[in-house]
Amino acid sequence: MIDDGFRLLPEQASTHAPRVDLLYFFLLGLAVFFTVLIAALIIYFSIKYRSSNRRVDRTPGSGHALVLEIAWMVIPFLISMTIFGWGATLYFSAFRPPAGAMEVRVVAKQWMWKFQHPNGRREINTLHAPLGQPVKLTMISEDVIHSLFVPAFRVKRDVLPGSYATCWFEATRTGKFHLFCAEYCGTNHSRMTGCVVVMEPAEYEAWLGGGLANESPAVAGKRLFEELRCASCHMPEADPVRGPPLQNVYGHEVILKGGPTVTADENYLRESILRPGAKIVQGYEPIMPSFDGQVDEEQLIQLISYIKSLATP
Amino acid sequence: MPSPSTAGAVSNRTPKRDYLSAGYTVRSWLLTTDHKRIAILYLLSITLFFVIGGLAATVVRLDLMTPQADLVETETFNKLFTAHGVIMVFFFLIPSIPAVLGNFIVPLMLGARDLAFPRLNLLSWYVYVLGGLFTVYALLAGGVDTGWTFYAPYSSTYSNTYVMATAVGIFITGFSSILTGLNFIVTIHKMRAPGLTWFRLPLFIWSIYATSIIMVLGTPVLAISLFLVGMERLLGIGIFDPRLGGDPILFQHLFWFYSHPAVYIMILPSMGVVSEIIPCFCRKRPFGYSFIGFSSFAIAVFSFLVWGHHLFVSGQSIYAGMVFSILSYLVAIPSAVKVFNWTASLHKGSISFETPMLYALGFVGLFTMGGLTGLFVAALAVDVHVHDTYFIVAHFHYIMVGGAVMGYLGGIHFWWPKMTGRLYPEGWARFSAILIFVGFNLTFFPQYILGYLGMPRRYHVYPEEFQVLNVMSSAGASILGLGYFFPLTYLIWSLMYGKIASPNPWRAAGLEWQTTSPPPTDNFAETPVVVDEAYDYQHIDGVSPAGGAT
Repeated sequence: MIDDGFRLLPEQASTHAPRVDLLYFFLLGLAVFFTVLIAALIIYFSIKYRSSNRRVDRTPGSGHALVLEIAWMVIPFLISMTIFGWGATLYFSAFRPPAGAMEVRVVAKQWMWKFQHPNGRREINTLHAPLGQPVKLTMISEDVIHSLFVPAFRVKRDVLPGSYATCWFEATRTGKFHLFCAEYCGTNHSRMTGCVVVMEPAEYEAWLGGGLANESPAVAGKRLFEELRCASCHMPEADPVRGPPLQNVYGHEVILKGGPTVTADENYLRESILRPGAKIVQGYEPIMPSFDGQVDEEQLIQLISYIKSLATP
Repeated sequence: MPSPSTAGAVSNRTPKRDYLSAGYTVRSWLLTTDHKRIAILYLLSITLFFVIGGLAATVVRLDLMTPQADLVETETFNKLFTAHGVIMVFFFLIPSIPAVLGNFIVPLMLGARDLAFPRLNLLSWYVYVLGGLFTVYALLAGGVDTGWTFYAPYSSTYSNTYVMATAVGIFITGFSSILTGLNFIVTIHKMRAPGLTWFRLPLFIWSIYATSIIMVLGTPVLAISLFLVGMERLLGIGIFDPRLGGDPILFQHLFWFYSHPAVYIMILPSMGVVSEIIPCFCRKRPFGYSFIGFSSFAIAVFSFLVWGHHLFVSGQSIYAGMVFSILSYLVAIPSAVKVFNWTASLHKGSISFETPMLYALGFVGLFTMGGLTGLFVAALAVDVHVHDTYFIVAHFHYIMVGGAVMGYLGGIHFWWPKMTGRLYPEGWARFSAILIFVGFNLTFFPQYILGYLGMPRRYHVYPEEFQVLNVMSSAGASILGLGYFFPLTYLIWSLMYGKIASPNPWRAAGLEWQTTSPPPTDNFAETPVVVDEAYDYQHIDGVSPAGGAT
């Protein structure tokens, strides 16, 4: 059951959550301090210098004090740069998945979340995850912009159509936590919700094994690769070699026609399947047809998973 | 600040007919080029839009008292919050202070007879009304459900509602804003009374000038973004939708390049109003005049460099995120400078608490809270959590309602005697100001907690554990609504039954108080000559120590 008692702070259920909360408390302290300071000064001056109080000293000062003006520019500046550095450090780690994170594929559409685990097990609107293990989500939308938000993890990332977005978390508590769509996506936006179920690793393994016969995305991708006859150009044994071989492409630099280089990440591979003419590898001709419309988002994920499996990290 | 001889001349002379009695026909209003009458036309139109936008919010808050969808259908709910946002932002807040108070007061403050381009001024009102009609048509025809932010590709490809009619309405209204801004810039440069140098200008003029720059430079970008949405929607030209080869993030960059500075279009004029009210009710010149003045320009400049802080979770590069975070902190500094200077202005004042002062102090408090929560949302990792939640909703309502609307109401009360020649009932007005302050906090403070707990914005149905805070918020909103209802009533009442106002009931500095209330069509019998700095309250109080406020 999701803990639904009244509370002032959301649960902390990831390694990231307490770090964000610490910064939040620091900011809260600052905000309370300055609000109280300003309110107290206003009230104090209002009482002391009320117009009916004729006994108070009102000899005008100079009207401005340079030292004071500089102080209340420099002090807020220094405080805000501290907050900036702190927030940026956490932000950096929030969007940089650690190496070796377990990868879950997410496809969002109006109005549901589709998840696929590394071994191929699929689920909708519920995401099972193991405790204490980094989980990376690679996400894409089939239609409009959505946003995956798990308050208990302090994690949120927009899910865009047309390109992959990633985020990650490492759960620190077992249980069931809210999962929301945070970016307005049409009529049933507020019903595009679900939950994350965090389980002990052994339980998770058992859960993964259940369900229907599963085929991992990489295996399904290999089958699709053959059905679409990609190998006839893209494998070293192809004769003649008309397309760049795909062994060890993922994660490595690719030299493009004319000299620029690009790192072959998931978005590059996706683009090369849908719009092959966009970036031509040096030494090859732009002869590949587009597969736009022939493969859907989930099949694209499978093909890319297969190409990833051909690379040694 | 004007020479004593000018001040004396006005009160001794039998005033010419004032601008209100210069003609009673509908024609004399609809074809007027008098900046004061145009201000009244704007006042009526934006009040109408405020009521419509407020009613939409009322239904939204009523519906949110329960976690289920029970009062209206979800489609209707989505259209209501969109209508609320579109109307309040584009048809109320943006024109509010500039087009009503600015139109009325700027020429008077400068000692001018009108704005530089009176006919352009009238045109800008007609353009505003035309844009408004398109939007009202879109609402009546069936509404629009994209949210006021019109994010693509939902707006450009997927929504089946009246996106184009609404966008055309906003597109047209934008020109009204540009024309008003242009008019102010030229007027402030060219039409200041003899002796009214830049550093003798009232701070309201500084802030209106800074606002006008944003209006002129920013609004075209909004027009471009909406135009491109239209191109994609009507002609299928791929700009934002990846299916057509577009980039959805591009829309967000374009939209916020205008819409973040637009926040300052809403708040800077209010800051100007507060900078007028505080010196008057403290009977002294403001602390740090030039710092308050220049901070308006610093805000205007930085406001154009922070748009990317709306895109921290959108897929913008994380390095871009860092740059926008640091720039967002820089824009906070001039705002902090203003708050500190206003507070210090109270020191050694002779403070009285008439309604405008209550609004001004309320403004300082609420703007401080809104500004400080801005530090939260500019902190990258905290924003990731609170982005698109009720924390954001609370934050921008503290700025745009707690700030901008409080300043607007303060200004309306402050200049009401000048605009109408009547005094409003002080007791009712003070009571309403306090009611609004309390109701506002009860409505929006719970939303900060709700947001950090994780309730996303634009949710029609929500998990049960969020209900208590939602009920608190809705209860507060009913008090806030009542608070707004009172001024609407007693201000209209005062037109008939209010006490007759003297030319300067607050004994305030500023040229606008040196002419009759209400002013004659030509504003001044003879062009005033300024020999002193602004806010010379010692001089004023020395001349007439016994003068009463109301």
